[in-house]
Order: sequence, then structure tokens, then C-alpha cells
Amino acid sequence: MPQYLALTYTADVDWSHPDQAAQMVEYREFSAAAAAVIRGGAVLYPTATATTVRASNKGGDVVSTDGPYAETKEALTGFYLLDCADLDEALAWAAQVPAAWGGAVEVRPVIPLGS
Amino acid sequence: MRRSAADLLSALTRDDSTRILATLIRLTGDITLAEDALQDAMVKALSTWDSTGIPDTPRAWVIVTARRCAVDRIRREARRTDKEASAMALFDDGDDPPESVVRDDLLRLVFTCCHPSLSLDARVALSLKTLGGLTTAEVAGALLVPEATMAKRLTRTKQKIAQAHIPYRVPPDAELPDRLPAVLATVYLIFNEGYAASSGDLAVRSHLVDEAIRLARLLCELMPDEASVIGLLALVLLQDSRRSARVDKDGALVLLADQDRSLWDHENIVEGVRLVGKALQRSPDRPDSYGLQAAIAACHALAPSYVDTDWPAIVSWYDVLTTVADTPVVRLNRAAAIAERDGPPAGLAEMDGIDGLDDYPYWHASRADLLDRLGRRSEAAKAFDRALTLRLNVSHSEYLRRRR
Repeated sequence: MPQYLALTYTADVDWSHPDQAAQMVEYREFSAAAAAVIRGGAVLYPTATATTVRASNKGGDVVSTDGPYAETKEALTGFYLLDCADLDEALAWAAQVPAAWGGAVEVRPVIPLGS
Repeated sequence: MRRSAADLLSALTRDDSTRILATLIRLTGDITLAEDALQDAMVKALSTWDSTGIPDTPRAWVIVTARRCAVDRIRREARRTDKEASAMALFDDGDDPPESVVRDDLLRLVFTCCHPSLSLDARVALSLKTLGGLTTAEVAGALLVPEATMAKRLTRTKQKIAQAHIPYRVPPDAELPDRLPAVLATVYLIFNEGYAASSGDLAVRSHLVDEAIRLARLLCELMPDEASVIGLLALVLLQDSRRSARVDKDGALVLLADQDRSLWDHENIVEGVRLVGKALQRSPDRPDSYGLQAAIAACHALAPSYVDTDWPAIVSWYDVLTTVADTPVVRLNRAAAIAERDGPPAGLAEMDGIDGLDDYPYWHASRADLLDRLGRRSEAAKAFDRALTLRLNVSHSEYLRRRR
């Protein structure tokens, strides 16, 4: 079955902060409703905690910079890995991710590796 | 006597090829493979029919042959071993599928080609290629894009369909309101690319108008009860009914007011007006924007002359249209109708009150026309000049230069 990554782009909030409790309840409700298709996922700390790493070449000099890869108004704040029959099903689930309102959810098909 | 390749293949209409392709796509689940297999079958038809003559049922012959070609291709490509099952399905499906199956195959193809996750450009290109049966070179020529660019666009689009698993399926009724607009917008953009031809040679691009009408007819056949589909067909027929009168013998644009109405296509008008009634009847509570635009086109089509046009009715239709599609362009057209109903000063006041059209050549051209009629020549010249600096097709630019 095809897999899709649903990336949540929202305000760069701290999900671990009590202020976000109400939002987290919505996410838990989504997770429960979509349990049958969710293969994995994560909620991320704010982009202030991010470090972006580049190497000059394989095994070469490493340069780490503070902050996320892309500085945008809405930040990557989490993701779900979904098992869906096709894109329509994935989009239908993505529309129910709380980030879909107030933010956006990017749906990307996952390349099947191995056999 | 040897017959030409064109003679041989004319036994198979373009509709036939589209239908065969739609079924092949369902069976193989792969647009490119289906296209290639159909192409193989056409090549075989040419060499075989040349010596054996055209078979009694050329379509069935091509269907069977195309399926064999698809199976050959699947087997040749080792990486498609997982598709052995679809190779079998190609044989199990019967030779010439019944009409109801072909209808569903075509509808599936329509909704796949016009999936909202594809860009409008991608939808237009793919629809012209698969549903319209145009070659990549023809699609590129019609859309004024280099052939290599178009080939890449089509490849990328088919890749997205395959890689993202865009389903080959007719959406359930509950999803139709979300999905149908993407289909209609695609067909109407194809029509407008040909009809309003924002650049390029009008004659070449009228091909697109024919394609759009063909697609609108196909949609009407497939979804005979959808008001917006009926409205779209009515709209394109009524607009196109003026085709012969829109351009004079030198290729110069003739505006509605100056057109020789005896050149209008009466058959298209009769059919279009009948369809407008049907579309509006089917959506009494919330009229559809295509049906409303068609109603306006019908008012023009039925008017004996420009002066004797029922401008109050047209303004009323525009009033309704702004309730479902309140765009600056709709307001501009409404203002132009008000100018005819109440005189240029009223129309100009309306036009000047519309924001967001400073880059739209027809706003400046319409203002120029009214200013000119009011004798405000220098302001009119300025507005004509501004319109000419914006993107317009050749005929329109020439028309404005003459007016200037």
C-alpha cells in the first residue's frame, strides 16, 4: 500500500507548553480517529531548537548552523506517516489534521524502498 | 490500389482512440504504457490493413491489438513483473467492453486528468493529450510552448499521477461539488486559450476552441444531469457561434457591436439557448456561474442588433452573476452593459469604481471606448495607450491601434 508523509506547517509554537494543551487534545483526537492508517509520526520542538548540518563532502568538514533549514512564517512542526490506498484517501486524512486549519498540511508520497 | 495511411486510420475516429485509451489506462493502471500500446497498435494497423484491407470492426481490431501490445511491453520490461496481474486483466476483460464500461473509463480519465492536485497548466496539457487525442507537438503548438517543454510537462504530470497514486476513479457523488470545478475550469481554459487567444495567431488557435467544445460535449454525455456541465456547453457554443463574425477577411478583430449577425452560427445558437434553459432549470436555488454567463451570451445571441439588445436583462444577469462570482472582470462586463443601458457616463462611473484591474488590458480598452464616446479624446488616447502596453493578442492590438 502506498505511504504518504503528511507534514504539518503551523505557527512555530512550543507544543510542550501548557498553552498548547487544547491544540494537543485535537491532535490526539485526530491520532485516535486515524489510528488505522497512521504508521508513525512526531511532534517537534520549536525551530529555535533546530540545528542544520552541512558537510563539505562525505566525511569532510562539518558546518552546523543554528536554526531550521528554511526560515518561513509557518514552520515544519510535525509529521505523520500514513498508509493509504491512494492520494485521495491521503488528502482526506490530511484535511482532518488540525494543522489543516490555521496552517497547512503538505502531503508527499513516499518512495517504497526494498522489494 | 494502395491507400494512404491517413485513409486507413480514418476508419478509426479520434473518439474511438480516446475510448480505447481510457479502457487501456484502467486495465494497465499506467497512462504512458497505455499510450505506447495504442501507438504500437496503430502502427500495426497501418502495416496490416494496407495488405488485408480495413477490418469490419476496426475499433475491436485495435482494442485487441493494443492489449497484446501492452502485454508485450509489460513482459519486455522486467521491472514490471509486479504488473503481471494487470497483463492478465488485459485478456480477461473481453474484446470490446460494453458502452457502460467505456463511459465509466472515460469519466475516470476525465477526473484523473483534472485532479485538483495537478496544476491547471498540467491538467490542460494532459486533457488535450489523452482526452483530446492531440499529439505532444499539437498540444505544444496550441498552447504556444516549445515541444520539448511540453513533453517534459506531460512526463512530469504522468509521473505525479503514478508516484502520488492519484486514483483512476470517478469521485463519489458527495465529492463531486469539490471535484467538478477543476474539470470545468480545465475545459473552459482550453476554450479561452483558443477563443480569447491572449497571444499568437487566432486561426491556429481556433483548434483549441473545437477541442474544448468536443470535451464539453463529452462531459455532457457522461454527466447529463449536472447543471454546471450543461451550462458550460451552452456557454462555449454560444460564444463560439460568433466565430465567423469576430474577424474580418483581413484577420482584423470585429467587436460585437459591428459584427454581421447573419454570419453567426444559427445551429449553435439554437442548441446553446436550449441548453441555457436546461441548466438554469436544474439549478434554481443557486445558479451556476457557467449557466449565468451562458444566459448573458444567449441575450446577445438572440438580439436582432446591438442597439436592440435587451441591456436591462443583461445587467440583471450580471447582477445575479456577481452573487456567485464577484470578480473584477465580471464587474467590468457589468459596467459595460450598464453603459449601454444607461449611457456612457453611468458605465464609466462603474468602471472607475472597480479596483484591481490596472494590469488588465480590457479595463483600459473599455474605459478608452467610453471616454472616446464622451468626446474626452486625450484621456481616451491615454487609456488606449495603456491597454496597448499590456498583454494582448495581435488582432486586439491592431484593433486598438486603429481606434487610437
